[in-house]
Amino acid sequence: MTIQSPHSKDLSQTNHWLLEGMKRYRRDLGAHIFIYAVAIFIILASLSLTIFLITKGVQLFTHDGVSLFTMIFGSVWDLHDGKYGALPLIAGSFAVTVLAALFATPLSIGTALFMVEIANKRGRKWMQPVIEMLVGIPSVVYGFIGLTVLVPFIREHFGGIGFGLLASLIVVGVMIAPTIISITVDGLLGVDQSLREGSYALGATRWQMISRVVIPAASPAILSAILLGMARAFGEALAVQMVIGNTAVFPKSLVYPAATLTTTITSSLGETVEGSTANHSLWALGLILLAMSYVFILVIRWIGRKRNA
Amino acid sequence: MLKAKHVDRLMTGLMIGSAMIMAGILIFLLGIILLRGASHISLSFLTSNSSSFQAGGGIKNQLWNSFYLLVLTMVFTVPIGLLGGIYFAEYAKDNKWTSFLRSCVELLASLPSIIVGMFGMLLFVNVFGWGFSILSGALTLTIFNMPVMIQVSEAALRAIPNHQRHGSAALGATRWQTVKTVLLPAAFPALLTGMILSAGRVFGESAALIFTAGLTTPNLHFRQWHLFAMDSPFNPMRTAETLSVHIWAVNTVGIIPDAAQVAAGASAVLVLVILLFNLSARIIGRMIERGIKGN
Repeated sequence: MTIQSPHSKDLSQTNHWLLEGMKRYRRDLGAHIFIYAVAIFIILASLSLTIFLITKGVQLFTHDGVSLFTMIFGSVWDLHDGKYGALPLIAGSFAVTVLAALFATPLSIGTALFMVEIANKRGRKWMQPVIEMLVGIPSVVYGFIGLTVLVPFIREHFGGIGFGLLASLIVVGVMIAPTIISITVDGLLGVDQSLREGSYALGATRWQMISRVVIPAASPAILSAILLGMARAFGEALAVQMVIGNTAVFPKSLVYPAATLTTTITSSLGETVEGSTANHSLWALGLILLAMSYVFILVIRWIGRKRNA
Repeated sequence: MLKAKHVDRLMTGLMIGSAMIMAGILIFLLGIILLRGASHISLSFLTSNSSSFQAGGGIKNQLWNSFYLLVLTMVFTVPIGLLGGIYFAEYAKDNKWTSFLRSCVELLASLPSIIVGMFGMLLFVNVFGWGFSILSGALTLTIFNMPVMIQVSEAALRAIPNHQRHGSAALGATRWQTVKTVLLPAAFPALLTGMILSAGRVFGESAALIFTAGLTTPNLHFRQWHLFAMDSPFNPMRTAETLSVHIWAVNTVGIIPDAAQVAAGASAVLVLVILLFNLSARIIGRMIERGIKGN
C-alpha cells in the first residue's frame, strides 16, 4: 500500500493548497455536525425520558387528587377498589433487592477472590466465560426456569405455594452475581502487587493477606459492585414477575406471594385504560422507580469519585 | 500460628467452593434449558405459526420478529454508538460539558429496561402515534442499547496507542481523516466483538418490548411483498411479539395448554442463538486480530 499525504501534491502552488485545505475543512465540518448531533441526541434522550416520565407520573397527584403521602405510606393497593397505597410494593422491591444482594454478595466475592487471588491466570480463563454466559442468559429465561423448577421445589420442601420472596431472591441473586463478580474482579486486579508481597513478607497467611490488605484496598470497588447489583435487582421486572406471585400485600413469610413496583407495572399497565386513575397510579409507580434509579446512580457515582480521588 | 493456618485453609476452601457453585449453576441452567428444549425443538416447531389457544403452536413468526427487530435496532444503534464513541475518545475536551454528557450516557446505561420501555410507550406509541409496532420497539431498544455501544466504541478507540494518531497527524491528516483511515480500521476487531455481544443483549430483551412492540403478532406471509400489509414480514408498523416476549406471555397472560413446552423450546432456541453470538464474537475477534498481525 502506498501512503498518500494530502500535502504532497501541490505544495508549490499556493492557490491549490488553499483550495485543498478548504475542501478538507469542509469534509471535517460534516463529521463535526454528525458527531455533535449525536452528542445532542444523547442529551435529548436522557432529558426527555426524565421529563416525560415525571409529567406522566405526577398526573395521579395533580389530576386525580391522590396525595403523595397516601400513595407512599398507604398500605392497601387495589386498582379495582381505587386504593393506591404503594407501601407494600415499595417494601417488596426493597426486600427483593436487599435479600438478593445478601444472597449473591458472599458467593460473588468468594468467586472473584478465587479468580484473582487463588486460581490466577488459568482459573480466570475458565471462569470468565462462565460469568459471560450467565450474563448472556435473558431474564425471561431465568424467570421461566424459576417458575418451572424453583417454585415447585420450594413448594415441596419449604411449604407455602412456592411463589414469593424466596424464589425471587434466588432468581435475582443469580442474575446479579455476574455483575458483582466482574466489577469486584476489576477492583481486585487494581490492588498493587507490592501490597500483597509486603503482607506475605510480614508472615501473613493468604487469607490474612486477603482479609486485611486486599479487601480493604479494594473495598470501594466492591461496594460499588454490590450497589450496581442492587440497582439491577431493583429494576428487574419480568423474571421477578414470573416467580413472586403478584399479590400486593406485605408478605407473611418468604414463601408467600408478594409484589414489587416493577412486577405491578408489568402485570397491570396493559390492563388499565389510558387516562384512568388506575393507569395514572401505575405511571406514578414508574416515577418512584425512576427516582430510585437516580438515587442508585448518584450514590454509585459518588463512591466512584471518592475512589478516584 | 496453627489457628491462622486452619482459618486460611477453611477460607480457601470457601472461595474455591463459591467458584464451583457459580460454575455449577451455569451448568445446571444450560443443562435444563437445552435438555428440556431439545425434546420440543423440531422443524415444524420452528416453521409453524404460534397458536393462541390450542396446543401445538410454533415460533416461526416470533423468531423472525426477533431477528428483524434486532437488525433494525442495530441499524439505528451502530452509527449513533460509533459516532458517540468517536466523540468521547477523540473529540471531547475534558470539561464540564463532556462530564455532563458522560453522565447522560451513564444514566441511560443504568436505567432499568422497564423504565426505558415505559418511555418508549409514551413517546413512540402514544405521542408519535405509531402504536405497538416494530418501529416503536426498535427505537426503544436503540435508547436501551446505544449507551453500551458508545462505551464499547470509546474503549476500543482508547485502546489504540497514541503513536498511530501522531503518525497520521504528521502525514497531514485532519482529525476526521485520522479517525476514518487509521483508528476505525485498527479498532475494528474490538468494535465488531462489542457489537455482536450487544446484539445478544438486544435479542434477549423483553421488558422494554412488552409496552412498545406488543404481545401479539400477525401470522406472516413470506410471499407478501406489499410492505405495509399487515401480514408482511417487513412491515415496520405492525405489532411484533418477539421470542423472549413470547416466553413471558405464554407463561403469564397466555392460555395455551402446552405453555411450558412451548416456553421450554423457545428458551432453548433463544439461549442457543445468544451462545452462538457469544461464540462467534470470540472467534471473529480472534481471527481478525490474527489476520491483522499476520500482515
